[in-house]
Amino acid sequence: MTVTQTPPRAPVRPEIRPPSLLRASSAIVWRNLVHIRRMPEMLLDVTVQSVMFVLLFAYVFGGAIAVAGASYKEFLLPGIMVQTMVFASAVVAMGLTSDLQKGIVDRFRSLPVPRSSVLVGRSISSLIHSSIGVAVMAVTGLLIGWRVRNGVVDGVLAFALLLLFGFAMIWLGIWVGSLMRTVEAVQGFMFTVMFPLTFVANTFAPPESMPAWLRTIAEWNPVSALTQACRELWGNGLPAPADAAWPLQHPVLVSVGWSLLLTAVFAPLAVAAFRRRSRD
Amino acid sequence: MTAPPAVEAVDLSKHFGEHRAVDGVSFVVPTGTVLGLLGPNGAGKTTLVRMLTTLSVPTAGTGRVAGFDVREQPDLVRRSIGLTGQAATVDEILTGRENLRLIGSLYGLSRAHVRRAGDELLERFDLADAADRPVKGYSGGMRRRLDLAVSLLAVPPILFLDEPTTGLDPQSRSGLWDVLRDLVAEGTTLVLTTQYLEEADHLADEIVVVDRGRVIAAGTPTQLKDRAGRASVVVTLTHAADLDAAAALMRDHSPEVHVEPGSRRLTAQAGGLRDMTRIAAVFDDSGIELDDLGLARPSLDDVFLHLTGHRAEPGTAPGTDPESAPATEGAAP
Repeated sequence: MTVTQTPPRAPVRPEIRPPSLLRASSAIVWRNLVHIRRMPEMLLDVTVQSVMFVLLFAYVFGGAIAVAGASYKEFLLPGIMVQTMVFASAVVAMGLTSDLQKGIVDRFRSLPVPRSSVLVGRSISSLIHSSIGVAVMAVTGLLIGWRVRNGVVDGVLAFALLLLFGFAMIWLGIWVGSLMRTVEAVQGFMFTVMFPLTFVANTFAPPESMPAWLRTIAEWNPVSALTQACRELWGNGLPAPADAAWPLQHPVLVSVGWSLLLTAVFAPLAVAAFRRRSRD
Repeated sequence: MTAPPAVEAVDLSKHFGEHRAVDGVSFVVPTGTVLGLLGPNGAGKTTLVRMLTTLSVPTAGTGRVAGFDVREQPDLVRRSIGLTGQAATVDEILTGRENLRLIGSLYGLSRAHVRRAGDELLERFDLADAADRPVKGYSGGMRRRLDLAVSLLAVPPILFLDEPTTGLDPQSRSGLWDVLRDLVAEGTTLVLTTQYLEEADHLADEIVVVDRGRVIAAGTPTQLKDRAGRASVVVTLTHAADLDAAAALMRDHSPEVHVEPGSRRLTAQAGGLRDMTRIAAVFDDSGIELDDLGLARPSLDDVFLHLTGHRAEPGTAPGTDPESAPATEGAAP
């Protein structure tokens, strides 16, 4: 049924060398970074919005919130950076759902790539995304009076804690992203969960001023331990009061513990959900 | 030892709970041929393609592609295939060239090959001018062509196309058909799904008709048309008053004559062209004036109706308007 004038030459097949996890993941990261470069508005959530948050809280609410041992701006910056890292889960979930919805994940999976490269690539780019946000906030903070006061080692350690917690949050994001069908659903769900999680904590106001029951929740919130850890490592305020809950007395250790625990819980759930989603 | 067929499905099934999306489908696609999987929306075509391209794990049965089992050797299957999914799955934000680069890296192809082959493909698919623009601005036809170009980077011997022309205008569709014919001429095996009977008729060597997860017919386009009934001679009279005389005349030459009430048209069962010329000669002698006389073969649309008892997505298939009369071959005498 095919009519051709000249018999076409059979094309030569190139050598296919299935890429390593590293090469496949970096190709996917490269793709996601091109997205950010071409649509800088994708970063609005961690840049303009975060800066706006910093300024609103520092100048609108700041005067009304009394903080012991530091200015409110110094108290605020660690909290808002933690919030950005928590939202990394929303970033990864929306990106993953969008790729699943558009069939991009299927296309990747029809290629001879390591199965995990889709998730690894997505996670790394989301961590980069959130880190850009943290960097923007650090600069904003420096401009309005936030300082790292306890030296380089402690300073870097705090940033490392933020990244580690972001890593745990990414698994939560992959789990949610694999379960939900549309980007809008992910957005709705994540914002409903993330706002209480980041506000019922010591991020924006000291828990001591909350009703007792709420204070207990706030002090056991993983977000509070991480925020307290950053504040102590950067020298942005006093240690937690003596009557604060146990996690706030050992914030660095507890932050590491929470990150590991959350990863241990969400990573298997996420991998299972992603696998189920991409099997049928 | 004979080479295995390019694609083979043996009792392939996929159940989602109670729903049997694909229920015991078997077929063989010899190397270098085109299989058309024809069926309405929800017939299970996409699920079949997903199983054969390792994206979905079969509930039961076996799929072999390039001689490799889709369940046991998915990596080897993936090295032998290209897949163009139902929605064009190219990245909208990246440019055409960047899409090629991304998929090239994921195939594990060398940079040099991707650059050279990518340029050739962009040229061949008429995308060279748009190569450095983000895909967002491409037309539907351009996206499909890019999607196909991306699938062809690794020169896969077997290509799966899931509804490759759905949503394309007629011109883009025929352009894509030309490209697919060239690929087949080069030796590529094609498995394509389509709701368009016309498309299967044009491209496929062998058609498997799927409905509700099962194969309801298989064969060459000609065989399938034969199953829906034989050809017929369609006569349109100039004067309605001649209807009875014309019917009597035709009954002498055909076992079955159908008169459409209230029209000037008669249909007679016929074996082929020879019967048509004979009937034409008879009318010539009789003095009954004709507007038109032609041979009508059943369209695949008729085949589908015959096989399933329902039309294949009325109105969605381009060029196959179910309301219109069957296309006629041959001219008025």
